[in-house]
Amino acid sequence: MAKIATREAYGKTLVELGEEIQDIVVLDADLSQSTKTVFFAKKFPERFFNMGIAEQNLMGTAAGFAASGKIPFASTFAVFATGRAFEQIRNSICYPKLNVKIAATHAGLTVGEDGATHQAIEDLAIMRALPNMTVICPADSVETELAVRAAVLYDGPVYLRLGRLAVETIFDENYEFKLGRGVTLREGKDIAIIATGIMVNEAIKAAQKLEKDGIDAMVINISTLKPIDKEIILKAAECGAIITAEEHSIIGGLGSAVAEVLAESKPVRMKRIGIADEFGQSGKPDELLRLYNLTSDDIVKEAKKLKAY
Amino acid sequence: MSLSQEQIDELTEKARLIRRHIINMITEAGSGHPGGSLSCADILTTLYFHVLKVDPKNPKWAERDRFVLSKGHAAPALYAVLAEKGFFPKEELLKLRKTNAMLQGHPDMNGTPGLDISTGSLGQGLSAANGMALAAKLDKKDYRVYVLLGDGEIEEGQVWEAAMCAAHYNLDNLTAFVDNNGLQIDGPIDKVMSPGIIQDKFKAFGWNVIDIDGHDFSQIASAIEQANNTRGKPTVIVAKTIKGRGVPFMENEAGWHGKAPSRQQASEALRAI
Repeated sequence: MAKIATREAYGKTLVELGEEIQDIVVLDADLSQSTKTVFFAKKFPERFFNMGIAEQNLMGTAAGFAASGKIPFASTFAVFATGRAFEQIRNSICYPKLNVKIAATHAGLTVGEDGATHQAIEDLAIMRALPNMTVICPADSVETELAVRAAVLYDGPVYLRLGRLAVETIFDENYEFKLGRGVTLREGKDIAIIATGIMVNEAIKAAQKLEKDGIDAMVINISTLKPIDKEIILKAAECGAIITAEEHSIIGGLGSAVAEVLAESKPVRMKRIGIADEFGQSGKPDELLRLYNLTSDDIVKEAKKLKAY
Repeated sequence: MSLSQEQIDELTEKARLIRRHIINMITEAGSGHPGGSLSCADILTTLYFHVLKVDPKNPKWAERDRFVLSKGHAAPALYAVLAEKGFFPKEELLKLRKTNAMLQGHPDMNGTPGLDISTGSLGQGLSAANGMALAAKLDKKDYRVYVLLGDGEIEEGQVWEAAMCAAHYNLDNLTAFVDNNGLQIDGPIDKVMSPGIIQDKFKAFGWNVIDIDGHDFSQIASAIEQANNTRGKPTVIVAKTIKGRGVPFMENEAGWHGKAPSRQQASEALRAI
């Protein structure tokens, strides 16, 4: 299967949606070539607004569009969207619950060579803490298209976390995406691996490796981090041990969200795989994933440790 | 078209009512921002009782003119104007800042009829106004967007991102006011962090600039008319105002930026108004 970046799928889906829904407008902060909003800009120049390198005004202007009945998509890199413009997202978008879709690309370490300044590792934590915000982190191009479409149909602020790196397509045309619902990709009874974003594919590979060693692992994809699917997490807890995997800090992202559900309802042993409270660095994406212990082999290792406990 | 004496008298009386509401509301709430509410009261009165196309019975009317109170802490002035205009019952005014009441400390568009956007965190309103003005152009609608900024507020960097954007997109359907009362919480703006010559700054960003006395109804009205007739660029009306205007002991006193008067001070203020 060809590798496609989720940002690429986002850009293509925007063009389709632009055809279908006239109220969609797209705003970018001088990164349209990278965020792939350039596809929309070429097709619908009158509905594309380049805000220049000014992310605070990007979010505020999107809020004004939404208050006037438009469905604005605001795109830039995740680190700038959620960092530089955090308070605009908080006060101008989330507090009034305006219908703004923040589609942020270049999330996580797989930004690669640009290094730590450009690798958002805390965006999910920041966005998850905001009332009225819906947070989605799709796993591949198929899920991205479905998530972008679901975001448009939902009335309210949405944060979409997208990646730079071309990644394997793991879902086919039968895949169903429901906002707020996790998906069980593999049944299992010994341990559950709950993953999000590009780590879903690693989780699937890890489960296959574990099977060879006689460990029957359940695999769950949580693409909507907020509101989180408590039901599926409690089902996973039946396995007695849970591993979470995300290309994000272990603080405040998927691991935290799952731990919050478990701690209040059904505590089981768990291990969070993610970036261990440190910044990234420059390097090739696959090298960085290995260096920061974000591969299927790392999941296998931790699963065995957790089972042996 | 200048205002007739009758119109000026009407606006003067309206503004007097608005100022009385402001003092009563903030006194009852026990907190709030009298200084900056009083300084912009004449501008808001002119907008809502002479300029804006709005319908209190249909606050979400798609064709309405928009108003953004970017200096959201002047909410008492806006609430008083909206109540006088008939957007909601005046009884709500005395419940300002109370738990479970309609009127929040800073404007909440979802809770209060007549508000076009939520504001309160300084620096964000002009961007929202840009979005509204761009949407109007896109939809070929002729509603206009007005936004009121504080002179201290323009120390926020986002204001200049937004100023650049409004000029870049030729938003001639957008008019900004700067409530130039010269004071911010910590003192005179020129001492705290001087924005320099405000008019020159906006001019350099490509705006049409008009200077007025922000307490002169004729000047406010004719500046708005001039702005509406300007094509190809946004207009900023730099309104020289007096913080605390109308209450002698509050006038030009930074200390009255964010402090409620006592009952006794309130009586004195109401007598003066």
